[in-house]
Amino acid sequence: MATTPAQPKAAPAKKTNRIGLELLAYRGGKTTLCAGCGHNAITERIIESFFELGIDPAQVIKLSGIGCSSKAPAYFLNRAHGFNSVHGRMPAVGTGAVIANRKMIAIGVSGDGDTGAIGVGQFVHLMRRNLPFVYIIEDNGCYGLTKGQFSPTADLGSTLKTGVINDLPPIDTCALAIELGASFVARSFSGDPKQLKAILKAALSHRGTAMIDVISPCVTFNDHEGSTKSYAYVKDHDEAVSDVSFVPYFEDINIDYDPGTSTAVTLHNGSKILLSKLSEDYHPTDKMSAMRLLHESAARGEYATGLIYVEPDKQDFVDMLGLVDEPLSMLDQSRTRPGKAALTEIMESFR
Amino acid sequence: MSVTDVAVQESVPPPRTERIVNDFSIQVATVNGSGSQTANMVLLRSIFQMGVPVSGKNMFPSNIAGLPTWYTIRASAKGYVSRKKEVDFLVAMNPETAKEDVLTLQPGAAAVYDEPLKLNELRSDIVFYPVLFDKIIGTITHDAKLRRLVRNMIYDGVLSRLLSVDMAQMEQALRKQLGKKEKAILLNLGALKAGYEYAEANLPKQDPFVIEPMDKTTGMILIEGNAAAAIGCLMAGVTFVGWYPITPSSSLPESLIDYLKKYRRDPETGEATYAVVQAEDEIAALGMVIGAGWVGARAMTSTAGPGLSLMAEFTGLGYYAEVPAVIFDVQRVGPSTGLPTRTAQPDILAAAVLSHGDTKHPLLLPASVEECYTMSMDAFDLAERLQTPVFVMSDLDLGMNNWMAHPFEYPTKPLDRGKRLDAETLKRIGTFARYRDVDGDGIPYRTVPGDGMPAYFARGSGHNEAAQYSERADDYANNLDRLGRKFETARTLVPKPEVEMGGSGGIGLIAYGTTHWAVIESRDQLKNEEALDTSYLRLRAYPFTPEVGEFIDRCDRVYVIEQNRDAQMLSLLKMDCTPAQFAKLRSILHYAGLPIDGRSVTMELLEQERDGSGGAR
Repeated sequence: MATTPAQPKAAPAKKTNRIGLELLAYRGGKTTLCAGCGHNAITERIIESFFELGIDPAQVIKLSGIGCSSKAPAYFLNRAHGFNSVHGRMPAVGTGAVIANRKMIAIGVSGDGDTGAIGVGQFVHLMRRNLPFVYIIEDNGCYGLTKGQFSPTADLGSTLKTGVINDLPPIDTCALAIELGASFVARSFSGDPKQLKAILKAALSHRGTAMIDVISPCVTFNDHEGSTKSYAYVKDHDEAVSDVSFVPYFEDINIDYDPGTSTAVTLHNGSKILLSKLSEDYHPTDKMSAMRLLHESAARGEYATGLIYVEPDKQDFVDMLGLVDEPLSMLDQSRTRPGKAALTEIMESFR
Repeated sequence: MSVTDVAVQESVPPPRTERIVNDFSIQVATVNGSGSQTANMVLLRSIFQMGVPVSGKNMFPSNIAGLPTWYTIRASAKGYVSRKKEVDFLVAMNPETAKEDVLTLQPGAAAVYDEPLKLNELRSDIVFYPVLFDKIIGTITHDAKLRRLVRNMIYDGVLSRLLSVDMAQMEQALRKQLGKKEKAILLNLGALKAGYEYAEANLPKQDPFVIEPMDKTTGMILIEGNAAAAIGCLMAGVTFVGWYPITPSSSLPESLIDYLKKYRRDPETGEATYAVVQAEDEIAALGMVIGAGWVGARAMTSTAGPGLSLMAEFTGLGYYAEVPAVIFDVQRVGPSTGLPTRTAQPDILAAAVLSHGDTKHPLLLPASVEECYTMSMDAFDLAERLQTPVFVMSDLDLGMNNWMAHPFEYPTKPLDRGKRLDAETLKRIGTFARYRDVDGDGIPYRTVPGDGMPAYFARGSGHNEAAQYSERADDYANNLDRLGRKFETARTLVPKPEVEMGGSGGIGLIAYGTTHWAVIESRDQLKNEEALDTSYLRLRAYPFTPEVGEFIDRCDRVYVIEQNRDAQMLSLLKMDCTPAQFAKLRSILHYAGLPIDGRSVTMELLEQERDGSGGAR
């Protein structure tokens, strides 16, 4: 018998996740957004989050509406099915898709115009239904793709490059989402990778609607003095409500934390989210506290960032429908066409 | 001067001695919300049970209670089920409209009315039957709430006597309508009998109208088109329904929900093999359907004109991203809110090219409740085969009225799930590109999330074969041309028209949907009264199949008959026509909010034949 030949020296192994995939498997097409756009940073955090959680891209569907932000799903998870739908209508498409295949993890990327203006009606009803769906708003307070007009999240008194002043108050999408019934509501900043990734990973482990408003300055139209969504402004006015650490359920929990300063919240799949409270009386599971925090920080001209509200056990919409376990989209004729006796019985009722 | 002014001045006609058997219409004028629907259904059903072909049409207001409503029942030994233009027998129960109702009757008609209204003073050329409703009610109940309901059953009793509608059949029909509510049955039976006895004692028969038993409804059912379509969807294996309430469509999804609850639960777990979501509006309703269809569900929505307008955006997305969807449009009078409870065929053009850009969509055109059933199944198969939104163009008359039908047959054709990529196909075609025309029929292969096949990125923006964003001129043009080829493939798959050539070709008629029933009656009138033998083609789908052009070629001139102002189907036909065919096309239109009737078609056709103008548009 031949002797086993000497193995060539192995190249250093690339880092893989728990399902054996490299980070590359989570990437998408090359971005076509402006250099330095906050949205690209968010895309990176989305890629890292899916990679680190070890989610199979084939188990993901990614959706969007229309706008700069809505281009993002093309830039991550190439192996996932995607749908760049129509302006402001991602919630409806997402609702049908998630119900038709309940096994899929759905992530959607919208913008502040896509959500707060043309899509506010659908946004409202998605939040109300608490559909299992990670809903990201890449929020820059302006319409980038049509060259910088104000969106409904533009702050009162902020100015366009042309000098036009916004004289209407902004919609706070977080307050709206909490009020309407979303069970996971967070706000973050595209330039805060640590917090954003922790929130994204927690959102992906949450069962129910996870709404994340990510302030993401528009480097071309809205990153200037006078804009409240510029890098400089947000860095100065970002009030982190909680330092978020996320512990996936399949990894050992070895976070060292002081019980006196943290709140642990158990998510649907058994994983835990640890919140280091900066404000002593802040409870992310208390709706009233969440609303107070949002109003008070807004009054001070500040953004409260972190996990603002979570209700881990709230029944989600797919559960409410009482569906069979197998995805509706996969059911074959034997399960979807009733037998002849059913038709005979129905016909009898019309005699 | 109106017709009725003349009628009032006419001398009293001699009493009619002839008997008119199983060939007349009854109109019941009531106030909506008064519970008259039960009484009207009992009357309709009784005549049906006696074996006499019958149809019922409800002309009701967009209101819950208190406005005038008319229910017309037509008995026709010959089986005509379209609206009869003339009312032969009136039941005037609504004081608000009673005077006008009586004045618009043809001489020789008959009218049952509440005696205190003194309608008999209005004219002397019709037969009046005064009924003391309040006096009769007093013998049945003193409950103020029940008085109004019982009142309606009394006129059923009176008609039973006057028209010879069998009381035993009335009782059976009443039991069918009221189910197991024994107390209500007893109360209503009392009213029925009281009405009958009152007529027997006080109202000697003076009119010629009589119902006599026949055997023409044996084994048949009475069903509304919306219920029939719901049964079709059930049998088509629908898995997702997104909808928003709108008249006259709502009863379609509502019937479907009832059937799904009963017949579509997993036998072991009791869990649902379907999902129904009442959306926030019609935009979201179709959006959900597009989302579900993209993922691989058999998804549908149902709406009417105003909803169709809102669905334009998603229909365009479905067309361009190539997502299957089934959309029922139970048409009503437009434009805008229009007349929500009145029938028409005014959405044909809008649906055919719904949404901006170059779009066109297959339309199925059911004329009967049977076709509501079969075309529902066809629609799902076509939507998945063609990977595109497919419309089923019903209307209020078909959807919300009761029609006779033979029991529906259990489908023998398996579901067509279209071109879904599998491992074997992938091996055969090499690489997967979502929008590549592999087979030359314009229909590409598709994959869905979770099927283990390669993913793609669906979008409503410009894309190449591989579903990547592209602004290249050749990518755009090639894709649009392929979509055009796909529509040509649709032409070979949609239901073919029904064609009946008469004589030498000569005068041809083209109609679709519920207009069919007026046309078959009109053709008989033209043949029997004018010795005009016509040819007829009933459209069953858009795009038009080759039979349509061939039919026009074989006729000297062709009247396209439809229920809208702008000759919408004619316009679609002209888009496909040769110049020679174009020159032959004429138009007969009916758009009064009432279902089209045969007599109107006959009169209009004869007028156009006489003046030679042909109503060419």
